[in-house]
Amino acid sequence: MLQHTLNTLLSFSLSSQCVGEENWVDSRTIYIGHKEPPPGTEAFIQQRFPDNRIVSSKYTFWNFIPKNMFEQFRRVANFYFLIIFLVQLMIDTPTSPITSGLPLFFVITVTAIKQGYEDWLRHKADNAVNQCPVHVVQHGKVVRKQSRKLRVGDVVLVKEDESFPCDLILLSSSRDDGTCYVTTASLDGESSHKTYYAVQDTKAYHTEQEVDSIHATIECEQPQPDLYKSLLSVFRPLGSENLLLRGATLKNTEYIYAVAIYTGMETKMALNYQSKSQKRSAVEKSMNAYLVVYLCILISKALINTVLKYVWQADPNRDEPWYNERTDLVRAFTDFLAFMVLFNYIIPVSMYVTVEMQKFLGSYFIMWDDEMFDEELGERAVVNTSDLNEELGQVEYVFTDKTGTLTENNMEFIECCVDGHCDLVPSYLIDSCPRVSAEHEELFFRALCLCHTVQVKEEETVDGIKHGIHQGKSTSFYISSSPDEVALVEGMKRWNFNVTAMLFVFCFLIRFELLEVLTFDSVRRRMSVIVRSSTGELYLFCKGADSSIFPRVISGKVDQVRARVEHNAVEGLRTLCVAYRPLSPEQYQEVCHLLSGAKLALQDRDKRLAEAYDLIEKDLILLGATAVEDRLQEKAADTIESLHKAGMKVWVLTGDKMETAAATCYASKLFRRNTQILELTTKRTEEQSLHDVLFDLSRTVLRHLSGDCTDYGLIIDGATLSAVMRPGQEDSNSGNYKEIFLEICRNCSAVLCCRMAPLQKAQIVKLIKASEEHPITLAIGDGANDVSMILEAHVGIGIMGKEGRQAVRNSDYAIPKFKHLKKMLLVHGHYYYIRISELVQYFFYKNVCFIFPQFLYQFFCGFSQQPLYDTAYLTLYNISFTSLPILLYSLIEQHINMDILKKDPSLYRDIAKNCLLRWPIFIYWTVLGVYDAIVMFFGAYFLFDNTTFTSNGQMFGNWTFGTLVFTVLVFTVTFKLALDTHYWTWINHFVIWGSLIFFVVFSLLWGGIIWPFLNYQRMYYVFMQMLSSGPAWLSIILLITASLLPDVVKKVIWRALWPTTTERIQVCAFIPYSLIKFASFCRVNINQHASSSVLQMSN
Amino acid sequence: MMASSYNAKDEDGHITVSGPGGGTLRSKKPENTAFKQQRLPAWQPILTAGTVLPAFFIIGLIFIPIGIGLYVTSNNIKEFEIDYTGVDMSSPCFNCSQNFSWNSTRPCTCTIPFYLDQPYENNVFMYYGLSNFYQNHRRYVKSRDDSQLNGDLESLMKPSKECEPYAYHENKPIAPCGAIANSMFNGEPVSCCAHQTHSSFHLYLICLFTSLADTLELFYNDPNGTKIQIPMTATGIAWWTDKHVKFRNPTDNANLTAVFQGTTKPVNWRRPVYELDTDPQNNGFINEDFIVWMRTAALPTFRKLYRIIPKKNSMVPTLLRGNYTLEVVYNYPVRSFEGRKRMILSTISWMGGKNPFLGIAYITVGSVCFFLGVVLLIIHHKYGNRNNSADIAN
Repeated sequence: MLQHTLNTLLSFSLSSQCVGEENWVDSRTIYIGHKEPPPGTEAFIQQRFPDNRIVSSKYTFWNFIPKNMFEQFRRVANFYFLIIFLVQLMIDTPTSPITSGLPLFFVITVTAIKQGYEDWLRHKADNAVNQCPVHVVQHGKVVRKQSRKLRVGDVVLVKEDESFPCDLILLSSSRDDGTCYVTTASLDGESSHKTYYAVQDTKAYHTEQEVDSIHATIECEQPQPDLYKSLLSVFRPLGSENLLLRGATLKNTEYIYAVAIYTGMETKMALNYQSKSQKRSAVEKSMNAYLVVYLCILISKALINTVLKYVWQADPNRDEPWYNERTDLVRAFTDFLAFMVLFNYIIPVSMYVTVEMQKFLGSYFIMWDDEMFDEELGERAVVNTSDLNEELGQVEYVFTDKTGTLTENNMEFIECCVDGHCDLVPSYLIDSCPRVSAEHEELFFRALCLCHTVQVKEEETVDGIKHGIHQGKSTSFYISSSPDEVALVEGMKRWNFNVTAMLFVFCFLIRFELLEVLTFDSVRRRMSVIVRSSTGELYLFCKGADSSIFPRVISGKVDQVRARVEHNAVEGLRTLCVAYRPLSPEQYQEVCHLLSGAKLALQDRDKRLAEAYDLIEKDLILLGATAVEDRLQEKAADTIESLHKAGMKVWVLTGDKMETAAATCYASKLFRRNTQILELTTKRTEEQSLHDVLFDLSRTVLRHLSGDCTDYGLIIDGATLSAVMRPGQEDSNSGNYKEIFLEICRNCSAVLCCRMAPLQKAQIVKLIKASEEHPITLAIGDGANDVSMILEAHVGIGIMGKEGRQAVRNSDYAIPKFKHLKKMLLVHGHYYYIRISELVQYFFYKNVCFIFPQFLYQFFCGFSQQPLYDTAYLTLYNISFTSLPILLYSLIEQHINMDILKKDPSLYRDIAKNCLLRWPIFIYWTVLGVYDAIVMFFGAYFLFDNTTFTSNGQMFGNWTFGTLVFTVLVFTVTFKLALDTHYWTWINHFVIWGSLIFFVVFSLLWGGIIWPFLNYQRMYYVFMQMLSSGPAWLSIILLITASLLPDVVKKVIWRALWPTTTERIQVCAFIPYSLIKFASFCRVNINQHASSSVLQMSN
Repeated sequence: MMASSYNAKDEDGHITVSGPGGGTLRSKKPENTAFKQQRLPAWQPILTAGTVLPAFFIIGLIFIPIGIGLYVTSNNIKEFEIDYTGVDMSSPCFNCSQNFSWNSTRPCTCTIPFYLDQPYENNVFMYYGLSNFYQNHRRYVKSRDDSQLNGDLESLMKPSKECEPYAYHENKPIAPCGAIANSMFNGEPVSCCAHQTHSSFHLYLICLFTSLADTLELFYNDPNGTKIQIPMTATGIAWWTDKHVKFRNPTDNANLTAVFQGTTKPVNWRRPVYELDTDPQNNGFINEDFIVWMRTAALPTFRKLYRIIPKKNSMVPTLLRGNYTLEVVYNYPVRSFEGRKRMILSTISWMGGKNPFLGIAYITVGSVCFFLGVVLLIIHHKYGNRNNSADIAN
């Protein structure tokens, strides 16, 4: 009987859907249990869906090599080296293809092995997932199937503690009310149990036979990745409360029946795993710019040599000396390529490998950091991407969330205010809490008890984050996605109010029946419940931010409450207003109608729901307000102060109301007593036009810009911001708003943006990012509402807070507490920046030193592309002789002690604006490289010039010449690094001296044997013969000294005459600890000097 | 200030206390090792004027004497050089250089008189020098087969393709193959005639009927008019390792003619490699003149050791002051590439031949260091104190 009605209902709803549906393709139709639609319905289009195989792996066994090669050679650098290698294979080249082939092969192989291994792990994981058994109802029986064979439309049986194999629509559950509990810990880290509802019409089907008999069609949107949004429709509207997502786990429910709607790669989880866009650091950008410069140098070198070669050959005597054969002019291009090959080492393959290794290995120091471990949470810092390590040292703007980031997000309910009677209620006053006999009082607390989405979790150990406080006797936790609610409910419990009845929200309570929940969202900033009391009265309880409640209130003691709320907000308390509205049955019917209409909508459902909510939540009667204290996180103020001193501009972006947020800002020292606050809020723009306010403010700011060092703080709210940002207004000067706004912001040391929607946060970040100076931005937050700005900013940092793991998952780095940001930026960021900039500069430098003598040699060998060094030296120079010291330097160098960096944040300014990778510095390094190369080459040249320098009169050949230059080269570049090293641990000693010894030993060995597999023995005894000559030793010492001299002198003189703050500190740190008093004097002086030098600069 | 400097200490202390006390929840706690916490004990030097100053003075004080020593040593070395290319009309070798033709059968000889104005003691080394000869040209440098030269029989018959176009001649492998060997400058002064003739069909190969090698002989003109040939030795002019390890005849068989059966001589050579010398220890690939030539020079102007004039006894100088005659068997053509040929007589010190560069460079670098040391001293006094001690006094 029931089934019959269902079927008719179904076909009706389907047809109506189809008629009304305009874009059919955007939705999919699913036949539960693969049953054909009843005859008579419209043309039945069989849609094809993928099977339930999850493929997270990139490669298969067969396509691994080609695909991986393709991916690797898509990188410009690898492609360049491949081209060089191919050129070497094709033309008559000066160096053997091995010299570039071997390093390239090495790099490619190592990367391929790493990626292959990772992919193999993914394959294993995929297989485990794809082959795990699922129970499927087929022909009235439960059949076990492998997960990957699941298809859309299959009816699945899931038992307790099993996770869902694909995205499912809940048909029925073992519970009578058709609900089930689910934890989505693996999806978003929220360990709370969420309640999901079975489809009303099918919730009575409890056995497989019954379920199998369902004939129904589901229409739903094509898959989309938004985890929290989904739009479905059967014959009755379905919402996210019916949709069980793959990856979530069934809890507290014996079994459920559900139908698969999205399978395999179309599940929300799989769609969400698609990678985020890659962020690239500023250092990487400068590195690429340098690469282009070097490529130009390389090409011009090759061109110069090619041209000169033919000029030189134009002399008839030189074109064809009888001892050598001639070259045609036609071969000029080949010559050009040959020169390219000869000089290609100037862009070394190993730089990429070293940089990648440095980033990968270096990021471990963040994870290992003991000081960034939080005892309370048991968490340490997490590095999601190591590509941005050095960007941490370049941050200019910090965008921080307030709640949970600056503050503990550990709420305590400390005050309630009913009708303007305010009770400050510390916990010890609970019993004496006066029960003002008032209807409103009763209603107020009832509202607090009912209007929330808190759940109680009993006894179990929570694997995720603990949301509630451990209760003394009964081990139960309150779990909610909103910490305010937990605080309120806990407060209620302490007041012995009727909370025990609240074990599960959404349950039918003793006295109240929960009819509808108008869930919270960040735009409305309120939530409501509609309940029916045991006496049959209907109420709507609404709770939300004052700004969203007051306009909807028609009666109640608004003024008193408002005064109180504002007072509390100034104190830095979080306030919520509570209101209610009695509903008549007719009104309730209307409400139901509105809601179901909105829920049924297939398109723009969110919008229509919001409209419906807007209509329902009106004509409220104000009950009172609550105040919840959210304490500042430990050392938050100290951290912000440090960031300020480090020259960063800190912006607080919060959804909170202005007063609360401003209070927090004062508490966290973002604003100080002497900070002049500029307000750009709706309140002001109501009085004046936005235009005037903006110009006013900019005038104020600019007036004081000269001379006066007044600190400005700006407060702006969401509404005004969107007015500022609104594009394309008719009057032409609106476009300037953004510019004026930016101008104001630039001159403010702190900015507070309150009343922000999540997307606005990202907008602000984007605005700053796109401004002229292109500053490096950092966004830090803990909640899902911060994700957008975390993704937008150059560096996104997640706090392992209480609002789930969304922020952490989307961030680049995650830290347990806000205070850890200080060490992250001031110490780790600073170090990484210093390290990687030295790495980049040094790599280019050492290759200039390496290749420039070879360039010079061409002038003395008839531009014949004769390499100066032996093949082994060419190949191993970057791989082994000079690679480890710089890698180690870039991992453990500490130019200043860690503690000093933390104590003196102003040091961070020393490296601001990518200053170590600016062009002057780059040119200095390059010039230094060229100078060294000239010294080495001509030193050896004059030594060899037409004479002997052995005591037995024998002569040396060209390979000895090259070896002499190379020996000086290896020692010089290693010593140069040694001079730059400020932190000599035993590892540095080991690696630096070790690689020099390795070079010597290798050279002895390489020249010591007639190598049977080589077709040339040009290096035989060359190194040893060279060392047997006294003048060779003397000239090696001389040339090394002469090469290093200018750099040392430059360093010393600069340090003496124009020291940077860093260098001053270094001198002080040099003084032993016993002279701490002395050191402290020194610090004072440093600060004085720093300020005086700043003044000089400005002059 | 005081407080802040102590804070760090406190934190340090805190870390060490809390580190080992791992409890239940500590699985994620990072290990508190010095390496992982980046607190390895380290030496932290900084380059300041104060620290660098002594180093500069020391370098200056060491380098300048070394430089002076080197310079004096270099100046004490006696060197005599004659260009016998014969570019000028007046030059005795002018005719030889002009008359050179690729197919002349008779060697041209010229005699160059010269005067040594000071006696040469100890061993005197005789070099031949070439200018504008690109022995370091890439295709020239690689045009050799080290396996063949090392006595590998397989390579003897199948020279490496690096030797092309001097690998095969008339379908016979060339021994020693390659351009370097082909262009050898000096050979043993054996006055014999051409063995064989070649008809040239290789366009780019020029067949020579004469040995290319120049031969140099030195005579002392006694004041009483007699001409005494100066005895010269050719042993020890090549590296010991080259002579004994790197270069080997295909077998130790004394009969080299049999060993090189089936190969042909380099096209520009007059005699095959096994007739370079009569001494079996200096014949074939291990001929020292050959080995010296095979070590390609670094620069286009170079000299190579030709002969050693051993000292007779400590009382008499090896070469007396007086008139000498250099007899040149002029074979080697250099005019085509504007090359020059020289003969050099030189004594040798511990630091080799005459080369003032090293001495001058040492003196220069030493003085620069010393000068910089003084400059730094001034800077250090003027500014270094300002940074540190002066302010403390305030």
